[in-house]
Amino acid sequence: MKKAEEIFELIKSSFPGVTVELSADMPTEPIISVDPLKVHEICKFLRDNEDCKFDSLMNLSGVDDANGEKIKDEDDSEIIKGGTLSVYYHLHSMSLNHKITLRASAPRENPEVESVDNVWKAADWHEREAYDMCGIKFLNHYDLRRILMPYDWEDGSYPLRKDYKNPEFYNGMKVPY
Amino acid sequence: MALRTEELILNVGPQHPSTHGVLRLEVELEGELVVKVKPHIGYLHRCFEKHAEAMTYPQVIPYTDRMDYLASMYNNFGYVIAVEKLMGIEVPERVEYIRVIMGELQRIASHMVALGTYGLDLGAFTPFLYLFRDREKILTMFEMTCGARLLYNYMWVGGLSHDLHPDFVRLAREFIQYFRPNIVELNNLLTYNKIFIERTAHIGILPADTAINYGITGPMLRASGVNWDLRKNDTYSIYNRFDFDIPVGQGHVGTVGDCWDRYYVRVLEMEQSMRILEQALDQLPEGDINSDLPKRIKPPVGTVYQRVENPKGELGYFIISDGSLNPFRVKVRGPSFVNLSVINELSRGHLIADLIAILGSIDIVLGEIDR
Repeated sequence: MKKAEEIFELIKSSFPGVTVELSADMPTEPIISVDPLKVHEICKFLRDNEDCKFDSLMNLSGVDDANGEKIKDEDDSEIIKGGTLSVYYHLHSMSLNHKITLRASAPRENPEVESVDNVWKAADWHEREAYDMCGIKFLNHYDLRRILMPYDWEDGSYPLRKDYKNPEFYNGMKVPY
Repeated sequence: MALRTEELILNVGPQHPSTHGVLRLEVELEGELVVKVKPHIGYLHRCFEKHAEAMTYPQVIPYTDRMDYLASMYNNFGYVIAVEKLMGIEVPERVEYIRVIMGELQRIASHMVALGTYGLDLGAFTPFLYLFRDREKILTMFEMTCGARLLYNYMWVGGLSHDLHPDFVRLAREFIQYFRPNIVELNNLLTYNKIFIERTAHIGILPADTAINYGITGPMLRASGVNWDLRKNDTYSIYNRFDFDIPVGQGHVGTVGDCWDRYYVRVLEMEQSMRILEQALDQLPEGDINSDLPKRIKPPVGTVYQRVENPKGELGYFIISDGSLNPFRVKVRGPSFVNLSVINELSRGHLIADLIAILGSIDIVLGEIDR
């Protein structure tokens, strides 16, 4: 059983040159921030390393950090420019019984994060959901389609973005009720 | 010259009784054999997570009821302990006990639906009626306590909405006495029924390593022979005070991890839940349930991931707080959502009729998959 700090040191020494950060001031769980384009490599390492053995992905969530600049557009609704979208990974090792939380933040304008669905199959649907809800693009995902929203939902319209606006019409039907 | 064959695409659902809700399975068939199953979900999508962002923390609780509507108590349970963990609240002993009692009764009720409808899927009508008759007793107890039969809004952050009804403990004990022999009856009627075994043994085998890689949890993981239960392995609330066993699949009539094992693990779990119930009822302390109820629920900035052993598997709440009265983000990791994703793996190469048996053995609730 290892603490998040030890795992952080292990990642840092195994991946020189890759940005990893630890925020330990959280009240319940420390978070390790990793480079969104190195996630796959790091996750594979965490799964296969003898001291980590993170064999299960408990949860994967897409989050709109809403930390960009908030500006008003022409019809006076707020939109967000800049800032980041994040993916949180909650990993757990069944054999060693330890947990960590990873975070990969990608720029809002081009939110590309590497897919981990061939590390844990559990990530497949979670990633599709994060794509569907927050518009995070998972590179190398074999089947990145919408999952909960209709397949013909407007491109670029992601409900869990903080600046999401309901469309007026969907397939000719009025949406607000 | 060989006859030319081609694959047939068949849609199962969205409106079909054996899909347990509004689920569409796009099945690729070669004759009667399943080549590929592609589930299409989202027909019940209400975007719970978006609603939650516009609500205060206590206002989210009724929404959690509506996810897995067969296990609403447990959805409340997971959510409130996640918020309590974020705020660092300790709740009174009596509250902890009542939560466990409600949780375990809910587990039995949820398994009753799972087993009953599973029989129904495979053509056994009677066990379904018997189990629903017994489930009614649990729902009556819930109704007595909080006034609702399905969607309770019973557990609050730091407390409960109502104390137990004066008759509750007596009725709960009577229920345990009454239901124990009925499990034997269920076993005689369905579990060891020859036809039922023929339909479920060696069907849809899920090996343990595949299950873990897919994130499968709950009775489904245990049926694959993995001794894993969050109540023991990552304990929460007061589960560490009770003595109970974790039933795992052993392949009594078929292979470890087949449909029959998934079914039978649930039968055994009902017995274990009753053991927990008995101990909790014996130890139930007196006291005021809402003495520590916080006036204002405003957690500090931070994140929490709390998981509980829902009747269907690991129910996780990931909450991000920005220090305001509303959660910044609530993500639910539903057990049915994750468990359903393995269906293609399970049913490949089986007959189309077995697909129904496999789907039923996963025990899904679409309200939670789509949220």
